[in-house]
Amino acid sequence: MSMKPVYIIADNMVSPIGQTAKENFDLLKAGVSGIRLHHTAFSSEPFYAALFDEHTGFADNIPQSGAYTKFEQLLMASVRDALSAARVDHTGKRTVLIVASTKGNVSLIEKGSVDTELKKRIALSTSARLVADHFHFTTAPVVISQACISGLVALITGMRLLQSGRFDHAVVAGADVITQFVLSGFRSFHAVSNLPCKPFDAGRNGITLGEAAATVVLSVEKPHRPGSIRLMSGAVTNDANHISGPSRTGEELHYAIETAVKEAGIAKSGIDFISAHGTATLYNDEMEAKAITLSGLQQVPVNSLKGYYGHTLGAAGLVETVASAHSLLSGTILPTPGFEMPGTSQPLNVNRVLQSGRYNCCLKTASGFGGCNAAVILQKDV
Amino acid sequence: MKNDPKTYITAYCSISGGKVYKDDKLIFKEDTPDETADFLLSVYKSFSIDYPKFYKMDNLSKLGFLAAELLLGGRQIAEEYGPERIGVVFSNASSSLDADLKYFETVKNIPSPALFVYTLPNIVIGEVSIRHRCKGENGFFIRDRFDTDWMQFYVQDLFDRGRVESCICGWVECLEAHYHAAVYLVESCPGEKALPFNSKHIHQIYETDNGEING
Repeated sequence: MSMKPVYIIADNMVSPIGQTAKENFDLLKAGVSGIRLHHTAFSSEPFYAALFDEHTGFADNIPQSGAYTKFEQLLMASVRDALSAARVDHTGKRTVLIVASTKGNVSLIEKGSVDTELKKRIALSTSARLVADHFHFTTAPVVISQACISGLVALITGMRLLQSGRFDHAVVAGADVITQFVLSGFRSFHAVSNLPCKPFDAGRNGITLGEAAATVVLSVEKPHRPGSIRLMSGAVTNDANHISGPSRTGEELHYAIETAVKEAGIAKSGIDFISAHGTATLYNDEMEAKAITLSGLQQVPVNSLKGYYGHTLGAAGLVETVASAHSLLSGTILPTPGFEMPGTSQPLNVNRVLQSGRYNCCLKTASGFGGCNAAVILQKDV
Repeated sequence: MKNDPKTYITAYCSISGGKVYKDDKLIFKEDTPDETADFLLSVYKSFSIDYPKFYKMDNLSKLGFLAAELLLGGRQIAEEYGPERIGVVFSNASSSLDADLKYFETVKNIPSPALFVYTLPNIVIGEVSIRHRCKGENGFFIRDRFDTDWMQFYVQDLFDRGRVESCICGWVECLEAHYHAAVYLVESCPGEKALPFNSKHIHQIYETDNGEING
């Protein structure tokens, strides 16, 4: 099967840090984190998280009440900005919209009785259709809900759709918002850190939640501007071990990494940095350290961006892919906010400071509930 | 793509409306209409399945678990192909809303971690993967209705890329009183049925009620 090259031709991030990918990346380089202590109506105790201001509108021209929920407004703001930069005919038959989210509009059940109408309104396919209609997409949107790897599975699906020849462009967008449902659930697991999360650190004790949207526009057409990023490959695996705890060995994430490397046709020595999942739970970071070591990549600089954005769930894979693409383009490896003391049984080269250099290739990984793992390879097209 | 590896549906199972079909046979029918959970438990008991974790699962996972269990009928596909060569790809309309509603009921008192863990649709993939040691490609897609073309594309692509040699796939939908599983095993060996893996046959499995599928 011949592999058509797939390019990232536009991107966006809408987060508590900024409204565009560039704004976000500039502030990440300046060390700005979106994590704050929040007092909200849905939690009796204050908690650290990266949340939007309650009164933030995400973009002009998108109705801020009534027609669209906060989740949908967030998706639309991200898609709008990415489309304006992509300059492709997204209303034609050759473009597909792909949406990734874990919980979408689940907040709608928090308000009381849930009737048949509301059940339809909550469905992720309803949100995807509203977003598609808003921007006049004419092809049926694809929706992925696969825990914390949703964003990466969406990217991989987009790549596969383009390589199959079904479409020429894929607008891949992911978003999640933090509500009582999500916060209470992670708290019930004792998985929420009392302080801003500390990925890979010896003192890590859980995640910090975050809300964001990110969009990547993939195309089979090579951008005219110099210095574009190719999505080289992607792979998904399952631990087949436990539904809420990661693999004890890391073998299955390792297998995803090996498969992605093989599909990309690159040498592992060519990987310049790894953008890990790095949620800062004891077990996730330990599993990732084992998987990276099994892959022989323990010397490669690795970062987690959860100290900037918190864990943005279904958006995380896309948020971190966008940041990694900008890292490659600008010759910068971002640090890992929260990391101080090595804290995994297999030592990793956790990146602590902003590094500059010539970087061509990045491995992005993610893992999630249900035992799922994903890996993608990004490479600068030279 | 002309060089696609040939793929076949080698077994199928559907569960809906109080009936369970395996391939072209009705293998279980409830006597009187039951609550979803009670019906699923009756199916579990009637086939003498011994898997205590079943009792902890939410209804969506129970439904997918039972469908996969009856689909494979004791076949050890992980032994045959190797765990990494087996994929699981599911799709539904309501995501995990059934579990979401049940979990959120507990938030008023003490939020239940045992229910929260099921508030993701792909947990059923995890449960099926644990049971049958499937470690290969997996994916969960939300569609407003059963979509044969999507499944056919996504799963065939996994075969074309050489990622899987066997894939458990299909529709697994459960919301309160409504449940419908239509799952099938896709392999590159034709098996006895030699039913080509295409949209027409996927659709027939979804529509199974008289149980007759002719290649």
